[in-house]
Amino acid sequence: MTVASDPPARSHAQRPSRLFKNMMAKIASIPMILTALVVFVGGTTWTVVHSFTGSRLLPKLNWVGVDQYERLWNTDRWIISIKNLGIYGVCSMIFTLVIGFTLAALLDRKIRFESAFRTIFLYPFALSFVVTGLAWQWILNPEFGIQSVVRGWGWETFTFNPLNDPDTVMFGLLIAGLWQGTGLIMCIMLAGLRGIDEDIWKACRVDGIGTVKTYVQVIIPMMRPVFITSLVLIASGIIKLYDLVVAQTNGGPGISSEVPAKYVINYMFQAQNLGQGFAASTMMLCSVIIILIPWAYLEFGGKKRG
Amino acid sequence: MKLTTKLMAATAMVSATAVSAAELEVTHWWTSGGEAAAVAKFAEAFNATEHTWVDGAIAGSGGTARPIIISRILGGDPMAATQLNHGRQAEELIEAGLMLDLTDVAEAGGWKDIVNPSGLLDSCTLDGKIYCVPVNIHSWQWLWLSHDAFEAAGVPVPTNWDEFAAASDALEAAGKIPLAMGQQGWQQSGAFGVMAVAIAGQDAWLAVNADKNAEVAGGPEYAKVFEAAVSAREMAANSNVQDWNQATNLVITGQAGGQIMGDWAQGEFSVAESVAGEDYSCLPGLGVNEVLDTGGDAFYFPVNDDPEITAAQKELAALLISPEVQVSFNLAKGSLPVRGDIDLSAANDCMQKGLEILASGGILPSGTQTLSADTSTQIEDLMAQFWSSDMSAADAQAKYAEIIGNAD
Repeated sequence: MTVASDPPARSHAQRPSRLFKNMMAKIASIPMILTALVVFVGGTTWTVVHSFTGSRLLPKLNWVGVDQYERLWNTDRWIISIKNLGIYGVCSMIFTLVIGFTLAALLDRKIRFESAFRTIFLYPFALSFVVTGLAWQWILNPEFGIQSVVRGWGWETFTFNPLNDPDTVMFGLLIAGLWQGTGLIMCIMLAGLRGIDEDIWKACRVDGIGTVKTYVQVIIPMMRPVFITSLVLIASGIIKLYDLVVAQTNGGPGISSEVPAKYVINYMFQAQNLGQGFAASTMMLCSVIIILIPWAYLEFGGKKRG
Repeated sequence: MKLTTKLMAATAMVSATAVSAAELEVTHWWTSGGEAAAVAKFAEAFNATEHTWVDGAIAGSGGTARPIIISRILGGDPMAATQLNHGRQAEELIEAGLMLDLTDVAEAGGWKDIVNPSGLLDSCTLDGKIYCVPVNIHSWQWLWLSHDAFEAAGVPVPTNWDEFAAASDALEAAGKIPLAMGQQGWQQSGAFGVMAVAIAGQDAWLAVNADKNAEVAGGPEYAKVFEAAVSAREMAANSNVQDWNQATNLVITGQAGGQIMGDWAQGEFSVAESVAGEDYSCLPGLGVNEVLDTGGDAFYFPVNDDPEITAAQKELAALLISPEVQVSFNLAKGSLPVRGDIDLSAANDCMQKGLEILASGGILPSGTQTLSADTSTQIEDLMAQFWSSDMSAADAQAKYAEIIGNAD
């Protein structure tokens, strides 16, 4: 009797235990799940749906097919925005990683006043992009910035005016972006370097491998998760690039430093053309997905195989 | 909410007047010195009634403030009254039934007869009902000239655009910037519009801006405008300021020969204590074609379900257009009044010129009245690109004609 009744009882006890395991944690996460579904998934769907309408100031469901997208890709300003984001993205990705890692490696050499340097490098990150943008707008201004200081030292022909030249303005933005962003990446890298076992260094020294070579061939491959984290942080910062541009150049000179996020905001609110803004933001979402899917596949798919 | 209602009731009982007092929050983006002084005239006049004006100034220009204002109305938290540029900006809000119908106030005040030019009231009208109060007229068609700069260049102060263009080499030789131009799309687009009215003429301008005729926009009259814009671009090559008032400052200090800018630039000249006719001159319509567009500001009143507030809103609407308030406000603002029947003899040289042109009927609708915000933004983007690059006149014209052809 007891033997016969045991298995169903156990399975009864098991099934709810799987569902109701960590009951409190699950209840507690309901608001977040709802937020994710309603705000993120719901909001995204709503935006994508309305990007196929001719909505102006108010969202309406008057379908126009892919007209908004056709217009978007025939607009010079959008094409320039995409190119600018590409230039800024590639440069920012490379320079942030290189500078961040170099600074971290230098700090890791057990120099004096390490914490003071760390604080100095991390300080810009505490500033908002608006403050950074304004400060660098002044620093790069030829009338009272770097150019006038160097000319004041006697080098009269020195010219450094990146923000007023359509060809170089993105690099003016890049300088400000790097100044703000590398500190955080440096700290993450430094934490990663500190996580490397001291014995590995000793082993390399015993094998007679030079310091630089140890970093490049041993340490960096071991820091893969840290690099992934840094990449995600940098990439998200690139895609949402907006306030820095607004504060530093406001898209100028002309439209030579426009970025996609600014296009979205301008067309949604200033031009009162929601459909066009939604189409642009849907294209931004697509670009994120195009980057994200291969990465997620490599990252999570790879683990299962391994 | 209940507490407020009780308090309101209490106030009403204490004051024991037939009309109960209400607090009206009024939003606007008039934050510069002269503008704030002008708004204060409205507030004073309104506070003199039993109601209270709660000032809701939003810093930043219309581009910043307008989205905030509109999202508050759409989000169900409307202010009692708000400034907007009359024209097509509020079109959809009116269609959605979010704006108070002022037709009864307008009929009682006889607005149809007093508002001059009548186009201002037409812009407030939808399906025969009136939804806003125009308060002033701002026109774009002015060329501001620095006497100092022309003296230094050794040429007489020009009296029209052609003379100005001819003097540009002399100005350049004297180390002056011939044309001051802020590097922002709306300024460049505005200056282009002014040149279009002056060079292509009124009929072509109306065909393009009011009838959205792409053929005229791509035609020979406009080709001349784009040619002139290319030479203006060369004249402005060394002007690397951003804001319009910085550009105006170049003219005030004699570093630049001239600037194409709306009549709000006058405020800057008077703050700098420059005298019209002595230190600077103004040429309406670039001295070629003396017409003014009649854009400007208007007040809208979002629908409110509290009848007391609605009554106060209507009272404010009537007050804004009353003769005394129009005089005091427009003198402070440097703009022209919306009614032709008041005395503005205190106005200076340039304002008098403007008043004369208005009286003689040389008027055009403004870009904000004829083009939707979407089209204006596209044109601004094109102009920003055109003025900062070496885009040829023909390319720019083709793109311009395309935008006009797709305009709604």
